[in-house]
Amino acid sequence: METSIWRPILFLVGIMAFAGVNAAWLGWCERKGAGHIQRRIGPKEVGPYGLWQPLADGIKLMTKQLLVPQGVDGILFRVAPVLMMIPAITSMVAIPFSEGLQARAIDLSVLLIFALASIGMMAILLGGWASNNKYSLISAARSVSQNIAYEIPMLITVITIVMVSGSMNMEEIAKDQMGGFWHWNIFRVENGTFLYMWISFLIFFICSVAETNRAPFDMAEAESELVAGHMTEYSSMGFGLFMMGEYLNIVVGACLTTVLFLGGWDCPLGLLPGVWWFLLKIYILIFSFIWIRWTYPRTQIYKLLNLSWKVLIPFSLVNLLVTAVFLKVF
Amino acid sequence: MSILRETKWALLELFPEQKAGEADAEKAAREKAKADALAKIEAEAKAKAEAEAKAKAKSEGKEGEAASSDSPKKPSKVQETAAESASVDLAAKVKGEAAKQAAPVEEIEEPESDEPPISLEPEGARPYGVMVRSYAARGYHLDVFCAPDQVVAAAELLDGAGFSLEAVTGVDWIKEEQLEVVYDYNRTDGQLCRVAVRTRVPRSAPEVPTVSHIFSGANWHERETHEFFGIVFQGHPYLVPLLLPEDADFHPLLKDFTP
Amino acid sequence: MTVPIQCAPDETFVLNLGPQHPATHGVLRVKLTMDGEYVVKAEPVLGYIHRMHEKMAESGTFAQFMGNTPRMDYLSALSYNQGYVMAVERAAGIQVPERAEYIRTITVELNRISSHLLWFGAFVLDLGGFTPLLYAFDDREKILDLLEHVTGSRLTYCYYRFGGVYNDIDDDFITGTRAFIKRLRSRLPSQYHDLVTGNIILIKRLKDIGIISQEICRKYGATGPVLRGSGIKYDVRRNEPYSIYPELKFDIPCYKECDSMARYMVRMDEIEQSLRIIEQALDKLPGGPVQAKVPKTLKPAAVDCYANVEAARGSFGCRLVCDGDKGPYRLKLRSPTYSNLSLFGEVAEGMLLADALAFMGSLDLVIPEIDR
Repeated sequence: METSIWRPILFLVGIMAFAGVNAAWLGWCERKGAGHIQRRIGPKEVGPYGLWQPLADGIKLMTKQLLVPQGVDGILFRVAPVLMMIPAITSMVAIPFSEGLQARAIDLSVLLIFALASIGMMAILLGGWASNNKYSLISAARSVSQNIAYEIPMLITVITIVMVSGSMNMEEIAKDQMGGFWHWNIFRVENGTFLYMWISFLIFFICSVAETNRAPFDMAEAESELVAGHMTEYSSMGFGLFMMGEYLNIVVGACLTTVLFLGGWDCPLGLLPGVWWFLLKIYILIFSFIWIRWTYPRTQIYKLLNLSWKVLIPFSLVNLLVTAVFLKVF
Repeated sequence: MSILRETKWALLELFPEQKAGEADAEKAAREKAKADALAKIEAEAKAKAEAEAKAKAKSEGKEGEAASSDSPKKPSKVQETAAESASVDLAAKVKGEAAKQAAPVEEIEEPESDEPPISLEPEGARPYGVMVRSYAARGYHLDVFCAPDQVVAAAELLDGAGFSLEAVTGVDWIKEEQLEVVYDYNRTDGQLCRVAVRTRVPRSAPEVPTVSHIFSGANWHERETHEFFGIVFQGHPYLVPLLLPEDADFHPLLKDFTP
Repeated sequence: MTVPIQCAPDETFVLNLGPQHPATHGVLRVKLTMDGEYVVKAEPVLGYIHRMHEKMAESGTFAQFMGNTPRMDYLSALSYNQGYVMAVERAAGIQVPERAEYIRTITVELNRISSHLLWFGAFVLDLGGFTPLLYAFDDREKILDLLEHVTGSRLTYCYYRFGGVYNDIDDDFITGTRAFIKRLRSRLPSQYHDLVTGNIILIKRLKDIGIISQEICRKYGATGPVLRGSGIKYDVRRNEPYSIYPELKFDIPCYKECDSMARYMVRMDEIEQSLRIIEQALDKLPGGPVQAKVPKTLKPAAVDCYANVEAARGSFGCRLVCDGDKGPYRLKLRSPTYSNLSLFGEVAEGMLLADALAFMGSLDLVIPEIDR
């Protein structure tokens, strides 16, 4: 099967479709969810329950002019939105949706996804820099410092997972957790010792909210301070791609959390494992992202960085140490 | 000493002539008030005695009625005297009334209130000086009219006394060829005393020294007055239009302004 | 977090915040000189919605200006109605019937609540929390319905008249108001305090941010919740009583912390106090006329008088100069946020951009009122 030409094509089409549908309809989910959280209805005009709203939005965005203001760095300005999308879609190549349902089984897939996630941050930096707008520039500086700060604790917690599972291959890590929720990494018991992996999960979850620039950590796009941050000068699909990229990053983040902590495609009770469990888990996670966003006010950039450097990094380091000691001693 | 009196005497420092006059007048007024009060009490006592005599004469059958018609008169009379003393703010008045109603009649002998009496409207042009106004009718207690170069001294005095600047108002008296600037001062420490300091400058040379170095809030108020009336606040650090466009060279609140 | 700024002038840049910016709630523009994310100098630039109400007042009769008053502070329009009406009544020596005073108090306090609710929503929105805005609007809508029922308009009320109010309130309004008091009392702790006030992110964003000392308040003439958040218990309703306030029991909320959180708490407590005031006024509501006999055209004697009311944002003053004519010779409108905003430049120095905006939100600015 590896040699067949159809496999890459099928997976390419499948991943593109999955990414496209998610990018479009997660926007709808967000608006509908926000609506219900805020005691209003949300989109309802276009199609049943407003379901065709993303199509209408897409058509509107595509028919608008991509305005390139004077004085911007033309090439970087155009490249940045694309750079936002590509890594997010590419990351999906390495994600095992179910047993065998993985575009490419890469041994170092965890590393690959993190490498690609860093490129996504570059897109914000470039977009903010190229826009020649002060708000965008502040946003770019913020997003870089934020991403650097939060990648460290995130990677450290991933190291604990890698230590426990003994692999950097996403599929291996997922397979290691099969057979009910008590096998999942979040409730991991090794040699009869409870490993308190939920601490890692918590750190990882906070970091992934920060990494995807979601409220309450949406410093790059703090609309009451920076108008729209790095997207201020973008119109048309330039803006659209940034938005879609944001949602795809959320999907990737949720997939990663699911594989690393929540047993991948495993059923909580160990029955009928399959891709539906995987999807259920990532959408529950995505819903929690939406829920958090529409509940909390935004933090402030320096407090955010303090949280990472003064709380999360020390905690994750201690967590790493304790896990290592547990694994070696017991 | 009430805050109103205190402020009045503090402000009178600016007007030595009026101060001397006021001191004499007040002394005289106090004596007169004392005499009046005494006379009143005597008269009241007389009236009371008369009424009692009358009641006694009439009574026999309907004693109770006479007594009941007599008693409610007393407080109402006291109330009147309280109202005369005026310029007491509403809260103080309510309190004062309650106190006076409770107090026996003899105690009226004390100076009826610490508040200075309301000044009379001068005939003709108003001289520089401090006037006490009826709060109920005007909404402020002290009305200071001073020369333009005394504005800063007044502001310093009031700043020292813990006042804050509430507003600066310009008024165009086109018939008199004058521009007036009114500074409204107020206290926020619970004591009620509003002071309006006003000064007039000729329309041809409207120049008033700034108080923005004393009250930082005056900065904007003076800028506003400058752009609307063309009054130049000398020494103001940044006298450019605030509400009008930056390059506005017209002064819309002047009465002869035509757009 | 305030740090002394030490940098060469050429390392700073100018950031134009507004006149179109999501956090300035209207057309305020602030010229910020920034050093990175720190504000070195902040200079508010006003006048984008300046309409020269004071000139309009001079060109019409007293009654003709009534319609302008709600257009200044459109969020607590009735306070502005009241301030102007009181100034004219003072000049013309008009006595207001008691029932009218009660109706004024009830409506103006309802308006104050609606103004504070809107501020609450908008302030949390400034901090990035979207949902409380909708909850606040939900309650505010009820007030607007009530006030629409009695005044005929939903935002720019022109309800008070010289010597009374435009029309009497009916039983529907009274029962509706009582129901609203009950509803808001049940919602305040759960939907406002539990969700927002106790939120750790909100507390961290507001505590010790934007500290306004009492001396700065005095020098700039700050009033209202800004002053009370700095520990000065000054409220025109209590210190300079007008209308029927001396007859009602209510507390003046006052917090000594001087920071944004204190101002937030003052306003939240004021909502509860206003509910108390409305409840008492409804209980005591006397009968009688709602409009005194007032001549069609007022011609007060030449007098210069001043009237003050406690609007939702602080003390609103009206200086009315009459020259014996049918209209004001000069009308000065002293708006509270004008003074409250003027201290922004001094206090915001050395703040982070995000904190400066949170601080600005805590001042509760309404730009049409500043620009007039």
